[in-house]
Amino acid sequence: MLIQLTKKRLILAATLVASFTLNGCADLGVKPWQRDLLAKDEMALDAEGIDIGLDDHIYFSKEATSGGRSFAGGGCGCN
Amino acid sequence: MQLTKSNNISASLAAAACALLNSAVQAQENTQANEWQFDTAILYYGETDRVQLGEGVFNAKKDFGDEHIFNGKIAIDTLTGASASGAVAQQGVQTFTRPSGNGQYVVNAGETPLDDTFKDTRVQLSAQWTQPLWENITGSTGVHLSKEYDYLSLGVNGSLARDFNQKNTTLSAGVSYQYDSIDPVGEAPTGLSPMVVNNGQFSDESAFETAFNATRATDSKDKNTVDLLLGVTQVINRRMLMQFNYSYSIADGYLTDPYKLLSVVNTEGVTQDILHENRPDKRTKQSFYWQTKYASDYGIADVSYRYATDDWDIDSHTLDSRFRVKLSDNSYIQPHFRYYQQSAADFYQPFLIQGSLLPSVASADYRLGEMTAYTIGLKYGQALDNGREWAVRLEYYQQSPKNAGFEEPGALQGLDLYPSIDAIIAQVSYSF
Repeated sequence: MLIQLTKKRLILAATLVASFTLNGCADLGVKPWQRDLLAKDEMALDAEGIDIGLDDHIYFSKEATSGGRSFAGGGCGCN
Repeated sequence: MQLTKSNNISASLAAAACALLNSAVQAQENTQANEWQFDTAILYYGETDRVQLGEGVFNAKKDFGDEHIFNGKIAIDTLTGASASGAVAQQGVQTFTRPSGNGQYVVNAGETPLDDTFKDTRVQLSAQWTQPLWENITGSTGVHLSKEYDYLSLGVNGSLARDFNQKNTTLSAGVSYQYDSIDPVGEAPTGLSPMVVNNGQFSDESAFETAFNATRATDSKDKNTVDLLLGVTQVINRRMLMQFNYSYSIADGYLTDPYKLLSVVNTEGVTQDILHENRPDKRTKQSFYWQTKYASDYGIADVSYRYATDDWDIDSHTLDSRFRVKLSDNSYIQPHFRYYQQSAADFYQPFLIQGSLLPSVASADYRLGEMTAYTIGLKYGQALDNGREWAVRLEYYQQSPKNAGFEEPGALQGLDLYPSIDAIIAQVSYSF
């Protein structure tokens, strides 16, 4: 029961964040000619792609939680 | 023993989002095919007295024109040593049967039991294709395969990303399916069956084998995992970018670790029996992930936070931050800090007490227990001519398992049941 309540609250929070983001979109953002900094390779969300892939492998096998940034995937994480 | 994780789709989604974001700037370039780009890395991960891992990664990416992007990756790793088996340390010497049933290993008094002869090699292949489908909509699909001695993992994924508001907002939705099959050394033990140890009580070797085989299941062990991922990427201003992800994951099948054990102790804390662990055959996970990147005049900050919760009662918080400080036009230094905290699974038991009711599921794997961990690291990177780049990073990772409120009877009180784990992560990367 408690867990269900927590989950509902989490989903509500996520929905609020998402709708806030979407509603706020009209005021946020830049014009195409203002993308000089955003267009840099190191500003990509996955700029550290190889490092993140290797780190995910380590933390996936050493901790109980995985995913979030991307799919959690399967695997047994033994040893 | 599969340790991989399919992050190709996220990389592709991020790449797609980035491609959309960059499209205005790069409109002229993207109409024609680019050269192949290769990213390579070698990683060493070493724990004091436990797991040692070496991994090599080769990633190849090519834009065939008009943002039709192929990404292929091969990773090979080799692992020796094991994490703690789950059995508790004792005041005396303990003898365990190897998973194969062939031979034994001995753990000295006061030491955390683990089978340090464990070895495995894994090969992972993945391929991802991303391209625009309709105006403002990008699709991505991929496959992956991972194989090691006792494990096979096959996965497919697909996703769509749509951008709005002059490409300042991108919504994405993806799904992945993964099939895993495990064929443990010595076959999977029956959940919570006692480990058969030959202490001379068997008349001959075949009597031991008969007793050992009676604890082994012969049916195949596999599981199915479905992940759903919803994301929003938002440009905040000229310097800042944000992403929110919600993910939902269901795993169904054999989720037990066939090599993990559980001690049954008496009220004096002395081990009376060793059981093979048993986990539930279903797990539903949810996670909320937020990431932001900020370009200041001095460098780029990358901060993320993840909250995850599941029906095993494991809640976790992860804070990750990197700050890339520009040293010159072609070099940077990047400190990294990560903090992680998790609560224990509801079936986690560091040990069982003899005479108490045997639960249907139980595991003493410390990775399912209460724990905090942090990582601190530094990376240095340098750009060379012709788009080549090299980088090196060194990190320190420490895990601190905690007692989630279990009372320790008698002899266990004088032993370290929750030892911390220290590891070094070293990596060299080269892109060309």
